[in-house]
Amino acid sequence: MTAATTNAAVPPRTSSPTKVTQARVVLSEWTKLRSLRSTVFSLLAAVVFVVGLAVLVPSVTVAHWPPRDVREAAAFDPTSRSLAGIFLAQLAIGVLGVLLMTGEYATGMIRATLAAVPARLPVLWAKAAVFAAATLAVMVPAVFGAFVIGQSILQAKQLQAGLGDPGVLRAVVGAALYLTVVGILGLGLGALLRNTAGGISALFGVLFVLPIIVRFLPTSWSDPIDRYLPSTVGQTVTHVHPDPAGFAPWTGFAIFCGYAAVVLALAAIRLRRRDA
Amino acid sequence: MIEARGLTKRYGHKTAVDDLTFTVRPGVVTGFLGPNGAGKSTTMRMILGLDAPTSGSVLVNGKPYREHSSPLHEVGALLEARSIHTGRSAYNHLLALAQTAGIARRRVDEVVELVGLGDVAKKRAGTFSLGMGQRLGIASALLGDPRTIILDEPVNGLDPDGIRWIRTLLKSLADEGRTVFVSSHLMSEMAQTAEHLIVVGRGRLIADTSVQDFIARSSGNRVRVRTTDPEALATLLADPDVTVEATGGDALEVSGLSTDQIGVAAGRAGITLLELAAQQTSLEEAFMDLTKDAVEYHGTTTPESRSALTTAGANR
Repeated sequence: MTAATTNAAVPPRTSSPTKVTQARVVLSEWTKLRSLRSTVFSLLAAVVFVVGLAVLVPSVTVAHWPPRDVREAAAFDPTSRSLAGIFLAQLAIGVLGVLLMTGEYATGMIRATLAAVPARLPVLWAKAAVFAAATLAVMVPAVFGAFVIGQSILQAKQLQAGLGDPGVLRAVVGAALYLTVVGILGLGLGALLRNTAGGISALFGVLFVLPIIVRFLPTSWSDPIDRYLPSTVGQTVTHVHPDPAGFAPWTGFAIFCGYAAVVLALAAIRLRRRDA
Repeated sequence: MIEARGLTKRYGHKTAVDDLTFTVRPGVVTGFLGPNGAGKSTTMRMILGLDAPTSGSVLVNGKPYREHSSPLHEVGALLEARSIHTGRSAYNHLLALAQTAGIARRRVDEVVELVGLGDVAKKRAGTFSLGMGQRLGIASALLGDPRTIILDEPVNGLDPDGIRWIRTLLKSLADEGRTVFVSSHLMSEMAQTAEHLIVVGRGRLIADTSVQDFIARSSGNRVRVRTTDPEALATLLADPDVTVEATGGDALEVSGLSTDQIGVAAGRAGITLLELAAQQTSLEEAFMDLTKDAVEYHGTTTPESRSALTTAGANR
């Protein structure tokens, strides 16, 4: 059978064929992201944590002011008091990041996805882009809201900070950026490990458990290691007053982004090379 | 058109697909038949570029799957395990796939109606029955109006109505000149749907034949004879090319001779025949005969129970 007869037998198309492009894959991934309940619930939970703790923590602070310990009063940072919720919100966003990838492996959806996009890598880039954009779009208003609410409560004891104060705007925006990169780190680990339990354990192992283990090392070891830990570098940008022993805020954050990029690159290699 | 050349897949020491070479042509439904674990799904995953072959190659519509710039327009596939996120609605599942290739929403509505999921398209796929899941899988296979359609065990979980529906659908797709490649582990199903058969066992190609030839060849020439003197007839027919088997009572089962030859021989020898009938081997038996050495997972009682079933079938 020749190619000519094969083609002659093919029916006329009801739709004209269009190529798979990165932009189309982004649109597809956006549809996937918005059409899952877990996305809506996780982002909603993150907002509730950020805003809720912006009420709770400043209220407790105001009720117990001034502290008995003078040093505590000296180290007091009104911005971080209003942003305490990001430490809870990172759970919701990190888990969501892992699930976006491992959910596809667990349900078998990944085969449909990769059959539609055989080049594979556009899927990973699109997922990361869409998730980062969605997280930023939700978390930037949330952290600004949290800041405003927290400061208005702290005003009762004249403890409030303003967005114009040195480092404050950077710390507020940085909180949303930190959460976004935690999500991307989760997405990368999910793509790398292809397993929900493994991805979540790896993410929170790196963010929460690693610092504890490092603290058990002799100080001569733990200090230099600690300043490079993902959680340490990631949070530099959220602090109004940077730790003098650590990296400058944007340097630290760049290193944190670097970690996420490395994980994403490893995930890309695995996605490209291994059977789906 | 699907062309596999020396397609091989090994997982460690285990060879799932072993040097498969076959061509699936457009215009007919081609059945891909084999027992469970014969390598059908692995072969289909390699066709779709999901698994990389250890060696060999497979082309779809003239190119490796991964090189098609618009794969959904070339190949539509339903894979064995439902490839659907359970938390997403059927409509959104199809929409997301369609968007990768710039396929219009109108086409999503079309395929939803075509497979009869119009009423449940907005429900989460996790709430679907197996049959509804299969229909959704078929809808996604048809999204891009592809020239080649690959379906892994599409009738699994479908009710009789659904099975008839899919048979008609597959035939009409083939009649339109498309390549239709459908796997199954049920010979009877394939006999009613497919025109051509590719049979595999333990990853190897066992047969590449038309269904008609397969049936003709596998019916063999077994003849059931009842006679007043089975022993005399057995002695009479004895020959190196002929096997005669006493199947109980006054009945014999003869292979290697036609009904005519047996009747004439018996007449000449003056042996009274009570019954003389060519045995139609069921397709399922023929398939099992063909693949019996290639079955991956033998039940512990398989040989005995199979011969018991065969005898029962012959006596019916």
